[in-house]
Amino acid sequence: MMTSVPLDPHDDLARGGALTGGLDLGAKPSWRTTKNALMIAVMAAAVALVAIPLVAVLWSVLAKGAGIAFHAFPDFFTSTIPVISRKAGPGVGPAIVGTALVTGGATLIAVPVGVLGAVYLHEYGGTTTFARLVRFMATVMTGVPSIVMGLFVYLIWTMSFGYSAFGGALALACLMLPVVIGSTEQMLRLVPAPLREAAYALGATRSRTILTIVLPAALPGIISGVLLAIARAAGETAPLMFAVGAATAYNPDLFHEANTALSLQIFGNATSAFPAAQDRAWGAALALVLITFIVTLIARVFTSRLALKR
Amino acid sequence: MVGTATSFAPKPPPSRGQLIALGPLDPRPAAQLHAMPVVFDCEDVEVYYGAFRAVRGVTLRIHEHQITAFIGPSGCGKTTMLRTLNRMHDVIPGARVAGRVSYHGIDLYAPEVSATEVRRRVGMVFQKPNPFPKSIYDNIAFGPRINGIHAKAELDAVVEKSLRSAALWDEVKDRLKHSALGLSGGQQQRLCIARTIAVEPEVVLMDEPCSALDPIATARIEELMRELKSRFTIVIVTHNMQQAARVSDRTAFFTTELDAKRDRRTGTLVEYDATSKIFSAPSDERTENYITGRFG
Repeated sequence: MMTSVPLDPHDDLARGGALTGGLDLGAKPSWRTTKNALMIAVMAAAVALVAIPLVAVLWSVLAKGAGIAFHAFPDFFTSTIPVISRKAGPGVGPAIVGTALVTGGATLIAVPVGVLGAVYLHEYGGTTTFARLVRFMATVMTGVPSIVMGLFVYLIWTMSFGYSAFGGALALACLMLPVVIGSTEQMLRLVPAPLREAAYALGATRSRTILTIVLPAALPGIISGVLLAIARAAGETAPLMFAVGAATAYNPDLFHEANTALSLQIFGNATSAFPAAQDRAWGAALALVLITFIVTLIARVFTSRLALKR
Repeated sequence: MVGTATSFAPKPPPSRGQLIALGPLDPRPAAQLHAMPVVFDCEDVEVYYGAFRAVRGVTLRIHEHQITAFIGPSGCGKTTMLRTLNRMHDVIPGARVAGRVSYHGIDLYAPEVSATEVRRRVGMVFQKPNPFPKSIYDNIAFGPRINGIHAKAELDAVVEKSLRSAALWDEVKDRLKHSALGLSGGQQQRLCIARTIAVEPEVVLMDEPCSALDPIATARIEELMRELKSRFTIVIVTHNMQQAARVSDRTAFFTTELDAKRDRRTGTLVEYDATSKIFSAPSDERTENYITGRFG
């Protein structure tokens, strides 16, 4: 139990006065402390600088998009896109469905292939020539401009089968794949070696160790990497232009007929000469930001559920 | 005890045995120790990492239900030798074992021997506690599960029995579903011991199991080792000579030899005998220098 002792009024320390006996522990001004203060100020300024564009982008999207997006909610999010773009008013419904189809399809293709490929590269490939070649090509692919992926898909898919959401999904999957492989391998590398050794020492086989120890330990990191790839792909416009088309009505079919996506609608409406279309572009931009935000939020909640109580 | 600190009168210089061993040395004669069945029989074992020979010339027998300690200075190959006993070198690219290591008469490194089968019988506790980032329950249940036990009642029983054996049950029974990473260092190491004995191995290898722990946690682990001796054969690597003297029946002293031609150090076995003999009347001068603190 703590007992409170009344402060002795004659005690220097209790009165908060200077220590008697000439011992001064107070900070003294010096170039070192000035330098410290200066560097902290510089870093704070850097943080503020980084925050400016972030806040500005969010603010302009909200300010210009909220009016049209939330007028007679939820009309804007459910109505079809006007065929004549100078017509004022909603909506972006088909584009939301299209984005979901294209991005979801790309995720379904790229994530299993990418994660399993990275597991093979890191756990079995090691430093073999084949593994190094694949790793090198994945790195090169990360740097390929997205429009090149669009052209590639146009050649191998759209020329034969026509516009469809699936073509867009293929193009986005090509973009996501190297990102998923790279981030997954990075996360596997971070799993401490003693964990593997502990599993081996219990008589676990290599595959068992990877499935039950290594992958779960790396999972939160892998999910973060996948989310980043999805978020990046969801906003891509260029690779979709050749593959998806520009529908104005709902098309829930992944494989047939032209579709659309939020990014495509933003591009189409924003480059239009009519203010009504430009307004719709801002609304669509807000919808895209909201969707990305919600997906990220759900994934965060999901990963924190995976973590154990201490 | 060597002496209680009540008197400041000068004491006679301690004998060699007293210098190291804090308790009375095991009075059992070496002959009695030899009566136990042999588990591991190592003959002229050499271990290579690539072209580098880390250990050479190790010939020793490890007997059932005894604690065998490997002592010696850093780099003398104690841990390397320990890891040859459950084929943990297999996971290190370039590592190779020469000579003969037999386990109950079977050549451990024969091509038809499966490393995972060996490790199910010869478990290992590591220097730093390495619990899985899972719950306490799942840490212990991991081994039984890979051996095909999935019935909940059976797993519950194994988990409780293992935790009780490792003297950890009372501390964790109310938070079995919590992360093992929330335990203290000493608790984590006892958890790792419980995890190892949950698969009912025959041998438990311990690689400096107390080097990351405080003296109280160390004492608990040592007590645990003495209890577990009746069920398992234990081989321990330790830097702490007092620990070797306190817990082991036999001690192997390793040291490094300098290969002047190639300027490389290779570990080798100097002397292997009953612990009481090693710490009271070692036959090799290098052992005597080491245990009396003149070297290493």
